[in-house]
Amino acid sequence: MVHMANQIALFFAGYPREEAVGGVTDHLKKYWEPRMRKQIIEYVAGGGAGLHELAVEAVKRLP
Amino acid sequence: MALIRETDYGTPKKVSERAVTLEVDGRAITVPEGTSLLRAAAEAGVMVPKLCASDNLEPFGSCRLCLVEIEGRRGTPASCTTPVEAGMKVRTQSPKLAKLRLGIMELYASDHPREMLPGPTEGGTEFQQMAAAVGLGEIRYGYSGQNHQSCEKDGSNPYFTFDPAMCIVCSRCVRACEEVQGTFALTIDGRGFGSVVSAGDKPFIESECVSCGACVQACPTNSLVEKSFIQKGQSDRSVVTTCAYCGVGCSFVAELKDNEVVRMRPYKDGKANHGHSCVKGRFAWGYVTHRDRILKPMIRAKITDPWREVSWEEAIGHTASEFKRIQTKYGRDSIGGISSSRCTNEETFLVQKMIRAAFGTNNTDTCARVCHSPTGYGLKTTLGTSAGTQDFDSVDHADVIMIIGANPTDAHPVFASHMKRRLREGARLIIVDPRRIDLVKTPHIHADFHLPLRPGTNVAMINAMAHVVVAEGLVDETYVKERCDVSAFEQWRNFIAEDRNSPEAMEAHTGVPAADVRAAARLYATRGNAAIYYGLGVTEHSQGSTMVMGMANLAMATGNLGKVGVGVNPLRGQNNVQGSCDMGSFPHEFSGYRHVSDDSVRKLFEAAWHVPLASEPGLRIPNMLDAAIDGTFKAIYIQGEDIVQSDPNTQHVSAGLAAMELVVVQDLFLNETASYAHVFLPGSTFLEKDGTFTNAERRLGLVRQAIPPMAGKADWEVTVALSNALGYPMHYSHASEIMAEIAQLTPTFAGVTYEKLERLGSVQWPCNDKAPEGTPVMHVGGFVRGKGRFMITEFVPTDERTTSRFPLILTTGRILSQYNVGAQTRRTDNNIWHDMDVLEIHPFDAEYRGIKDGDLVSLASRAGDITLPARISERMQPGVVYTTFHHAMTGANVVTTEFSDWATNCPEYKVTAVQVQLATHLSEWQEHYRQTREVTTRISKQAETIPGA
Repeated sequence: MVHMANQIALFFAGYPREEAVGGVTDHLKKYWEPRMRKQIIEYVAGGGAGLHELAVEAVKRLP
Repeated sequence: MALIRETDYGTPKKVSERAVTLEVDGRAITVPEGTSLLRAAAEAGVMVPKLCASDNLEPFGSCRLCLVEIEGRRGTPASCTTPVEAGMKVRTQSPKLAKLRLGIMELYASDHPREMLPGPTEGGTEFQQMAAAVGLGEIRYGYSGQNHQSCEKDGSNPYFTFDPAMCIVCSRCVRACEEVQGTFALTIDGRGFGSVVSAGDKPFIESECVSCGACVQACPTNSLVEKSFIQKGQSDRSVVTTCAYCGVGCSFVAELKDNEVVRMRPYKDGKANHGHSCVKGRFAWGYVTHRDRILKPMIRAKITDPWREVSWEEAIGHTASEFKRIQTKYGRDSIGGISSSRCTNEETFLVQKMIRAAFGTNNTDTCARVCHSPTGYGLKTTLGTSAGTQDFDSVDHADVIMIIGANPTDAHPVFASHMKRRLREGARLIIVDPRRIDLVKTPHIHADFHLPLRPGTNVAMINAMAHVVVAEGLVDETYVKERCDVSAFEQWRNFIAEDRNSPEAMEAHTGVPAADVRAAARLYATRGNAAIYYGLGVTEHSQGSTMVMGMANLAMATGNLGKVGVGVNPLRGQNNVQGSCDMGSFPHEFSGYRHVSDDSVRKLFEAAWHVPLASEPGLRIPNMLDAAIDGTFKAIYIQGEDIVQSDPNTQHVSAGLAAMELVVVQDLFLNETASYAHVFLPGSTFLEKDGTFTNAERRLGLVRQAIPPMAGKADWEVTVALSNALGYPMHYSHASEIMAEIAQLTPTFAGVTYEKLERLGSVQWPCNDKAPEGTPVMHVGGFVRGKGRFMITEFVPTDERTTSRFPLILTTGRILSQYNVGAQTRRTDNNIWHDMDVLEIHPFDAEYRGIKDGDLVSLASRAGDITLPARISERMQPGVVYTTFHHAMTGANVVTTEFSDWATNCPEYKVTAVQVQLATHLSEWQEHYRQTREVTTRISKQAETIPGA
């Protein structure tokens, strides 16, 4: 899951920061099933080791 | 349907803005300039006798049977080679012509088997029909002269025979092999009386012949004829249907005798194949009646138990009750299902409907997940529609063809033949592929550029090409300004112009000389209509979606979208991959690619289906398997897909399935996934049901029932029964009613009806009020999303890296004679060409390891290892090895890993770091497979009681 989130972050990393964070958040909302989002939210809450910083920021914006 | 007899107009149809009017047998006829007299007469209903002419071949003028008289001209010219002229007065019947034709037929008949002369009978050969047409009776020359009647028959091909005794050396087979198929395997050896059709002075099976059947189709005497036709005799009815193999979607005439298939002939009116075929669709249909077909539903409590045959009622009741039990215990989202890209649109639509409406979850996915899901994502993001942009015929207008990560001669052979015709006409060719595929150099075709990039560097390559376009001022600025989001374009232009994206900088990643990349980019951008055709070598990467967007960027930048002859065109793997995606199989979207979170769309479906629907995306296939191992996903319904053999990291897939309490498999055979199943529901082949398939060019073709379902139910009827048993009633009595619902709920299909499909033969979506007869070319005048959107496509090297332990890269693919997991083709005589998967390895890598051709080798990755024979091949580049996944026992996907495309989870089949070493025995996985497969496929001969069943 960390690997997948990082891959998504690396795609959007080419965009200006706000656009990039929004892109990652939007992607997670649109394509990740709720239990997956719950896991990644908990992972970030637990420190988010190994996650790309764009992914960390994007996960924090998930509802 | 009675036996279909297609009219042969003798020579190809001509297209011209100028019309010519002439007179044939006293009738005025107007045809396009360039039309032959033979065709002009035929179009007016005057069928001039002929033998060497056929309307899919250029005129040849050898048989002299189509002679005519033209007022004011001397002699009797062949009508096939004489073009029409204004004011011509042509006579096709006269005593003189009759005498000439009779004389010609007498000569032919004097060297022909006597038993083949009477005619015509129903289904008689063209030769017999012509003999009758000219009134052939006694042969003045007798039969005792020098002849070919004792020539040896060639029965080496498993599907057809060649009997020289019946050959009249009309060259139709030779010309069909050249002009239609483009293989050039046949020739006429010898001169004069000694002339014979030859497959290179060797039996057909040992020749270059690819068994496409074009020669058989062309033969007017049955000198070349299907073995099944010889065995079963003349058919008594025909059904036009759509092939169930690759995404080309060829139309076929299934010829039947009672309920037995006699042969499958390519249908001339088929818009995707124009009367051509390949070895799979034409001949490999024997699986339909193979003894391995499972025709009774079966259940078992544990996967180690033998299967127990039960009634449909018991199987459906048990399955529904188990799904309900599991949902009650573990929650609504603990179950899900997978629809099939081999089943019809209607069946796929029903599976996702049942999952969303009866299961109450969006845990639905389809096998497109593992092949073309990045196509959907990438093209929708950039252009607005998750589909290819052109029809196949568009290639006739392409000036430059760029093939990326596809091997059309093996995987999409009928379209490859179409493409080869255009290439022989002079279109330029760029091939981007790690392997030297056949199209790099094949008769009369030599690619201008073969860019043999390292696997995993597609994005580096496409960025480098785009860099050249931007840096060298080759952008179509007017097009971009008018058609694209200019702000996104400027952002992209700045990105792509950076030196790090130049061919010189990217050479370190791709391994392709920068000069070649620059030259290829210039060719693509400047030589007229440029069309991209791509396959799984694009999508099955960690950057699959990025690459699709990169290709769209390049096409938009050069103005190569929105007209005939250009485009970004996915060559879809399975027959209905496009359709299964269109039908809402993915967990995040309804039919027509509309997200489940869109309230207005969801309300539309809720109103039609009378249930509340979930607004959150469901699990994808790999997510389902992960969740099963985590303990939150417990049951799955799998229609027509074999994820154990086809999906990556077999041991992970197996572990996921083994962790579930209920696995329901609906298939033709006890496939590998069925080894982990508790319920088996018999499937039906494409010949046993009605429906539609959608091919790679968005074309919906009718699938018509030719024989009754062998197990009693079409696949859609099974889903209906299961849904009803689950308490969500479905009331369809025919597949057309399902299509009516699809059309009602899906704007791009709004104009699709079975009546229209019957009338037009096929239709390409979007088909609606704006385009009532469909849309061959998309994005004409503007993109579906409005302005085309350039996306930043940063090259990110895959995390799957070679190491000292795994120094080689494995890439997997397909070959001509086998199809996907081989469930169908392995149960046909196609095995004669490929009875096992082999590992292709470059001579350098082989020699370094002491490997000789045919040696058994171990192929190991961090995921697992298998053993298979090596084939030393210079098609590979050093450092890259290749294999196929057609045989279950090989277990190619034991080796592939869980890495996948960032956007869609499409597996990275094309890049796996591996080591290859000499081996002496099967791998541990293969030994385990050999020992357990028999156990997991046992069928009890006695009724057994299953607790809780």
